Amino acid sequence: MESGKEKEDYMKSCGIIELDQADIDKLGILKNTNVCVSSKFNRVVVKAILATQGPHPGLGWIPMGPWANMLVDNNTYSTGTPTFKGTPVTVEPAEDEKVLSSIDLVLKACMEE
Amino acid sequence: MTSILIKNGFVIDPVQGIRGDKMDIAINDGKIVKNLSNPDKTIDASGMVVMAGGVDIHSHVAGAKVNVGRTFRPEDKLQSTYAPYHGIRHMAGGTSVPTVFKTAYMYADMGYTTVIEAAMPPLYARHTHEEMRDTPIIDEAALPMFGNNWFVLDYLKRGEMDNAAAYIAWLLRSTKGYGIKCVNPGGTEAWAWGLNCLSIDDPVPYFDITPRQIVSGLMEVNEYLHLPHSLHLHSNNLGNPGNYTTTLDTLKLSEGIKPNNNFGREQVLHHTHIQFHSYGGTTWADFESKGKEVMDYINSHPAVTCDIGFVTLDETTTMTGDGPFEYHLNKLNHLKWANTDVELECGSGIVPYVYSKDVYVCGVQWSIGLEMALLAKDHMRCYLTTDHPNAGPFWRYPRIMKWLMSEKARNDVLATMKNEDKVRDRSTLGSIDRELTLYEIAQMTRAGPAKALGLGSSVGGLVPGMQADIAVYPYNPETESDPEKIEWAFSHAKYLIKSGEVILNDGEVVSNGNKKTYWVDVKTTPNRQVERDIDQTFVKYYTVNKNNYEVNEHEFMKNPCVVQIDAIQ
Amino acid sequence: MSKRLTDIICPFCGTLCDDIEVEVSDDGKQILEVYNSCAIGSEKFLHAQSPDRITRPRMKQEDGSWKETTYEEAAKYTAKILCDAKKPLMYGWSSTSCEAQSTGHMIAEQVGGVLDNTATVCHGSTLIAMQDVGIPSCTLGEVKNRADRIIFWGCNPAHAHPRHMSRYSIYSRGYFTGKGSKSRKIIVVDPRPTDSASLADEYIQVEQGRDYELLSALRAALRGAQLPDKVSGVTKEKIYEIVDILKGGRFVVIFFGMGVTHSLGKNHNIDMAIALTADLNNYTKASIIAMRGHYNVTGSGQVLGWQFGFPFCVDLSRGFARYNPGETSSNDLLMRGEVDGCLVVGSDPGSHFPIASVKKIHDIPTVCIDPHTTPTTAVSTCHVPVAIVGIEVGGSCYRMDNVPIESRKVVDPPAGMLTDAEFLGLVLKEVNHIKGVAE
Repeated sequence: MESGKEKEDYMKSCGIIELDQADIDKLGILKNTNVCVSSKFNRVVVKAILATQGPHPGLGWIPMGPWANMLVDNNTYSTGTPTFKGTPVTVEPAEDEKVLSSIDLVLKACMEE
Repeated sequence: MTSILIKNGFVIDPVQGIRGDKMDIAINDGKIVKNLSNPDKTIDASGMVVMAGGVDIHSHVAGAKVNVGRTFRPEDKLQSTYAPYHGIRHMAGGTSVPTVFKTAYMYADMGYTTVIEAAMPPLYARHTHEEMRDTPIIDEAALPMFGNNWFVLDYLKRGEMDNAAAYIAWLLRSTKGYGIKCVNPGGTEAWAWGLNCLSIDDPVPYFDITPRQIVSGLMEVNEYLHLPHSLHLHSNNLGNPGNYTTTLDTLKLSEGIKPNNNFGREQVLHHTHIQFHSYGGTTWADFESKGKEVMDYINSHPAVTCDIGFVTLDETTTMTGDGPFEYHLNKLNHLKWANTDVELECGSGIVPYVYSKDVYVCGVQWSIGLEMALLAKDHMRCYLTTDHPNAGPFWRYPRIMKWLMSEKARNDVLATMKNEDKVRDRSTLGSIDRELTLYEIAQMTRAGPAKALGLGSSVGGLVPGMQADIAVYPYNPETESDPEKIEWAFSHAKYLIKSGEVILNDGEVVSNGNKKTYWVDVKTTPNRQVERDIDQTFVKYYTVNKNNYEVNEHEFMKNPCVVQIDAIQ
Repeated sequence: MSKRLTDIICPFCGTLCDDIEVEVSDDGKQILEVYNSCAIGSEKFLHAQSPDRITRPRMKQEDGSWKETTYEEAAKYTAKILCDAKKPLMYGWSSTSCEAQSTGHMIAEQVGGVLDNTATVCHGSTLIAMQDVGIPSCTLGEVKNRADRIIFWGCNPAHAHPRHMSRYSIYSRGYFTGKGSKSRKIIVVDPRPTDSASLADEYIQVEQGRDYELLSALRAALRGAQLPDKVSGVTKEKIYEIVDILKGGRFVVIFFGMGVTHSLGKNHNIDMAIALTADLNNYTKASIIAMRGHYNVTGSGQVLGWQFGFPFCVDLSRGFARYNPGETSSNDLLMRGEVDGCLVVGSDPGSHFPIASVKKIHDIPTVCIDPHTTPTTAVSTCHVPVAIVGIEVGGSCYRMDNVPIESRKVVDPPAGMLTDAEFLGLVLKEVNHIKGVAE
């Protein structure tokens, strides 16, 4: 994070979703492959990896950053803070899709209508 | 700098014994001068009162706990109009805990020019200074707290006065502090374990020292260091029924100690917000005033001064270095409670509070403050404060002046109290017909506190050579009879001059002034033991390095004004 | 010959370590090595020296490419967009000094800006909770010297505040805690068994988003009330056991983080955690401390507090200060399309705001003052790189427990670069000029 957010390292550490092995199996995806995560707000392609701090059955974890923020609920419920945690998502295989760099991801999303 | 002549006002200056004579006051180069030919500006003060700028000896206006009070009470901004940004005036809001800008403007409106921040946690000193730096107009100084400091407890327990003095001098220098404040001696350290010290002989857990030893020791050190101000004490057992015995026990500790300073200060102990410490009874049910007993003692002991801490019957925000008191207050009123214990040094607590006229205890508290001020025999030793914002906000001072100056105004308030009879019954206020004069008010708000702070040679009076801090009030003592006019006039100074600069012109703020901040630098005999103790303690127990502890005078203080003292033995 | 500078303050997280040592080259220009800091902290110091660093302001062109400009031109542009806007958002402030914040506030006063800091996406809910129920707290040294029961709730210091545990909490040895971690019982509550959980005596796996229920259950158990068999995925036996551990302590501290502030319930979760802390004071001593993120987000709240009376989302657009999270907060303003000009200082909403908000920032004129290239600079119309506070310029900062510490300068910034306080000073001058205000 402090070595440059435009750099690939940032994508490698935050453009991921951590899942339990059991959940990976259930979802029919392979670890260390790209997946498409979608919520009712948007979708994003990230790499699925095995939970480093698990197990946490039924819970996917995407670190704070632009990838996670593609998906979260922006409603603040009058607190000022968007609802960053607890967003229901679907995870599907997307082995052929690319994980975008932070800047490409944000710029592309901003250009879309 | 401009020269100014204030013509024809009713001048009141206890320093020179002037009691409302029609006189001119001349100002040149920031100072009061004897006379002046061809002034740059002339102010016609005819029909108005001219006094030195007010001096507040005890007010919580800057620092960590004050800012918690502001930020955790957004509702406090809704109790009064948030003044918009206008010309050179910053937007200014807040009611019981105003922002730094509003604090300065409201003090200026009252004709005050010097304010002492009464409780600075040393570890948070930088914060206090940042707020004071951002507070325009008024000159300020802050008193660091010592009564629960581990070094002090340790040195005093072993009777090592030299070491205690060397440490205190070092801390004053590091925090850019002005004097020795002591809040609930030992009790706040006990509070770190959820306990308290309620009498002067309750031992402090682990440290095995009593409040008696702490208070006596700090008074001794204060004189050893020849400080401009005396020990500034908030004693044990604040706010509890029956606490007046603790207060008298504490005051008696001053007997036998002699003032030792070159600043004209005559007291060795300043007891703050004495109203909160003059309670009789055993519970809130038989709660009553012991203001007379306590004031009798002070009247007969010239080495003691006090400020009152008048209850103003408002909604306010209590905040004090007395952590356990705020916890217990919160148990009474169940509003929100903030607390901060500060490593090795002190602590604080904050609870909003509503002093309601309908609650008889509040009415009695209100009576006690006024009763004590009216029983005082020497108003050079008894000062007007509200322990802002604890007993009420500072901008109520003019209302307190009205109550002190008018028996009718007091009776009007009593008559609106739900429990008038009970309130009258629990103090002697109703039987006092004394009405203070403007001269006595000037003693309580200028000359007295300035002298007690050791600032009497430069502020608090109108003697040629003194700093030109002058307030002009639209009040004619010869013709005015309506007490309401007192409150109005003293809230709306017509002119205010600070260090020779016009701040209020015809009631409008025309300058943010050039405030300064006092601090005390005492030279003591080099003490290797204390230096080593400080080094070791920082390495082992503090979470900030010693080299990052000292407040940088140039970054964090506006116009630092250092008082140099040589206390090398 | 290189030289070693000591007592350096790390400008990364709210732990605000002040014992960093930095080896710099003899000419004082190059950072050679960083000692005592955590990996992230070192990275921050060393990254300052990155050769691809942008050192001059740049404006985005029609085609999306960047064109270099001067600080003076950038200041004029910034002043113009702030003055032209009806409701400019001035966001960030958490990775800069209190002096820069203060200058920014004086600009906001004149242009009628909305001042909001990163608490708005971080501990904003905590600030609201303090306004709800107060906060019994203490400095980190009290934790070090006294605490024998420590809860980490919804926070992961092993990753986010790496030196917190050794300096203040788990391992530190203090006056009454001479045996370090052996003097203490550590409890971690988190939906994930984090690396911090692995250091704990007790790990409680709470169901995601069920913190409020578990905190309520702890309060009920503390009062001796009956509990259902399971609350938030935790058995009642475990809950009673935890309560006994807490009651048996002499000094309890609860640290909490994004796990509670970001989950549904938000400030109400924290209300409950604070109420639990207050309740514990009926039995022993207890305090609660928010694990603040950016190294000076706390300072921003403080300066806003003493100048305007509110700790975040302060709307000055009506000429006086208003505060109403949900209305005057960055994301709500952006989502409702109320913002028509934006200044970002020392933070990265491009990464940390929901994308819908980021898109709004992209669609309006935005100036980003940041030493680094980030997703925010990418969506801005003007990027003003500045010296890094805490490395290339000093200034006042506030630790997570509100303790103020003056950060130090270690090396010079690249030649010709301004600090953010200096740049904001230029902007203020331009704003004064546009508004016709005498200096």
